[in-house]
Amino acid sequence: MRFQLSPEQRQFSATLHELLGGADTAAAARAWAAGEHDRGLKLWRALADAGVFGLLVAEADGGLGAGAADLVVAFEALGYHAVPGPLAESAAVAPALLTGHRLTSLAEGDLLATVVAPPEVPLALDADVAGVVLDLTGAQCAAETELVRSIDPARRLFRVPGATEAQSPAFDTGVLAVAAQLLGAGQWLLDTSVAYAKQRSQYGRAIGEYQAIKHLLADVVTGLELARPLLYGAAVAEGTFARDVSAAKVMAGDAAYLAARTALQVHGAIGYTAEHDLGLRLTKVRALAGAWGTGSFHRARVLR
Amino acid sequence: MDLDIDEASAAFRDEAREWLASHVRVLPSMDTAEGFTAHREWEAELAEARWSVVSWPAEYHGRDASMLQWLLFEEEYYAARAPGRVSQNGLFMLGPTLFAHGTQEQRDRILPPMARGEQVWAQAWSEPEAGSDIAALRSTAVRTDGGWLLSGQKTWSSRASFADRAFGLFRTDPSAQRHHGLTYFMADLRADGVTVRPIPQLDGEPGFAEIFFDDVFVPDADVIGEAGQGWKVAMTTANNERGLSLRSPGRFLAAASRLVDLWRAEGAPESTKDRVADAWISARAYQLYTFGTVSRLAEGGELGPESSVNKLFWSHLDVALHETALDVLGPAGETDEDWVNGYLFSLAGPIYGGTDQIQRNTIAERLLKLPREARR
Ligand SMILES: Cc1cc2nc3c(=O)[nH]c(=O)nc-3n(C[C@H](O)[C@H](O)[C@H](O)COP(=O)(O)OP(=O)(O)OC[C@H]3O[C@@H](n4cnc5c(N)ncnc54)[C@H](O)[C@@H]3O)c2cc1C
Repeated sequence: MRFQLSPEQRQFSATLHELLGGADTAAAARAWAAGEHDRGLKLWRALADAGVFGLLVAEADGGLGAGAADLVVAFEALGYHAVPGPLAESAAVAPALLTGHRLTSLAEGDLLATVVAPPEVPLALDADVAGVVLDLTGAQCAAETELVRSIDPARRLFRVPGATEAQSPAFDTGVLAVAAQLLGAGQWLLDTSVAYAKQRSQYGRAIGEYQAIKHLLADVVTGLELARPLLYGAAVAEGTFARDVSAAKVMAGDAAYLAARTALQVHGAIGYTAEHDLGLRLTKVRALAGAWGTGSFHRARVLR
Repeated sequence: MDLDIDEASAAFRDEAREWLASHVRVLPSMDTAEGFTAHREWEAELAEARWSVVSWPAEYHGRDASMLQWLLFEEEYYAARAPGRVSQNGLFMLGPTLFAHGTQEQRDRILPPMARGEQVWAQAWSEPEAGSDIAALRSTAVRTDGGWLLSGQKTWSSRASFADRAFGLFRTDPSAQRHHGLTYFMADLRADGVTVRPIPQLDGEPGFAEIFFDDVFVPDADVIGEAGQGWKVAMTTANNERGLSLRSPGRFLAAASRLVDLWRAEGAPESTKDRVADAWISARAYQLYTFGTVSRLAEGGELGPESSVNKLFWSHLDVALHETALDVLGPAGETDEDWVNGYLFSLAGPIYGGTDQIQRNTIAERLLKLPREARR
């Protein structure tokens, strides 16, 4: 047993963080929310070049033929930097639903795919920019053009009449990716809050010196640290994938949500402003906590 | 990365499972005189079959088991519902401390009877005025011919009512402040000048005790590490207590699985569904987190302030799991002996081994590097 990231996986993570850290993803997310996709699509292309959309695509189809653990590495970084777009849908779910040249286009970043999986995923994320809208049977669906507002403005949702309710292992892979995205967002919220707590002074002391603040943040670390092994454990689990993925989604969702609430509290009013990047994660975490299966849905699967 | 168990470890696990299946029996509480004796016998039986300290070297009754194998053993142990370890303070705290800081003579003399349950150790750490703040301790040791004379009062010492010996810190340099000038001693609880006064716990049993030392002679051979360096030695003990050894994931996973079974047997009440699932998820997370730690240590990493993350997590998990079980049981939650005992025991988790508040301070200051709060 070697339950640690490999040097290659660590390198992959560092590469993505470097790429995204220098790309002003926050500006891309804000533009995306306003329906301006150019910056986001540039980012998409860079991520494709780094291999993100080909991770689960076989080498014969132009992908990397990598594993679920690599997917988790990638989605932690995507969540950390609040990258917009149908990420889980394209990188995690669509590879199992597409074939042939469309699969190759997907891996290369030329085709954005979005997926509905009713009743857990009733609306299509970013159907206005995706080249294809699929349900879990692999059928192509037609999305309506009217935007349904999400709590996270960077999630542009559309109704898809006639999508089939179907089960597929691809669903679980989507859940895993979303869970990793949640964890990444939670980690950003923690890191940013810790930095702020060291720098912000009140009553003549750094607020991070006060136990009331320390203890809030210590609980956030504990939640995130223990959610992470569930994600990777699910990624390498054999035979218990669905159950372990559900466990990971529950805990990553709860940990990220605690990170979000705590981050806001630690930042005070500045965190409540639209200019602060905290809001990009706060709303995303709230949205993703219920997307791809609510906590209650996944808890029931754990007990099945 | 993988979770594959190598063949040797799998064989080891199977052997443990088989042995436990044919030997485990229910014992009375170890916090009673009768139960304590029965537990000593169980420890001897474990040692006889070389299951008492699997990770220790063979020369000390161990099996040279890897950390992973030890974890697998613990999973089997608790899944088989084997008795709690009456020798745990010695085995999991003093033992590792001796391996790290003890002399060869000390290891040879102390570890074998400890492994066989012939000598049960108490941790004499807390004092009436030094709880969370151990560095505030006041008990002293003064130099005398060939050794030291210990004086002072220790308290909340688990199983000291029945134990044979104790380990703890004493101030050997009265002019030095806080964690300077402390020395780590081992002492005989039957020696002249020692008085042990049992203190009944929440359940009425004398689970812990006060220990009074009145000029108790301890030979130089019973000092661990250098005189004056006790704090450093004690940190080894503390990290072991919070970290892996006292609360291996096996016991939580076993308890969580029992909770899921109980929930099903009670008709799967919807009102507690989410909390039952959360208990299982948390136990699984803790298991995998521990696998991660073990892998990291195997690659040369150290057990640092992360052990506080461990402690904070499991202490919360244990309480939540048992509260949920009592709620699932409904009116029977008042009377179900097993779950009630487990619940009462879980309530102590956020206190002993460093309270949850202290763990949060450690995480914030040592892991997140937040500034230290002003302390006198
Ligand atoms: C079941 C059980 C078994 C035990 N077994 C042993 C044993 O075998 N050997 C032994 O030596 N001891 C043992 N203990 C004692 C245990 O280690 C102490 O209880 C513990 O260290 C806390 O000390 P205290 O009880 O004096 O509480 P205090 O230190 O007085 O704390 C009281 C409260 O104040 C909080 N607090 C204190 N300082 C701070 C701070 N700086 N910031 C925030 N909050 C703070 C604490 O978190 C706690 O909530 C045991 C305790 C229990 C419950």
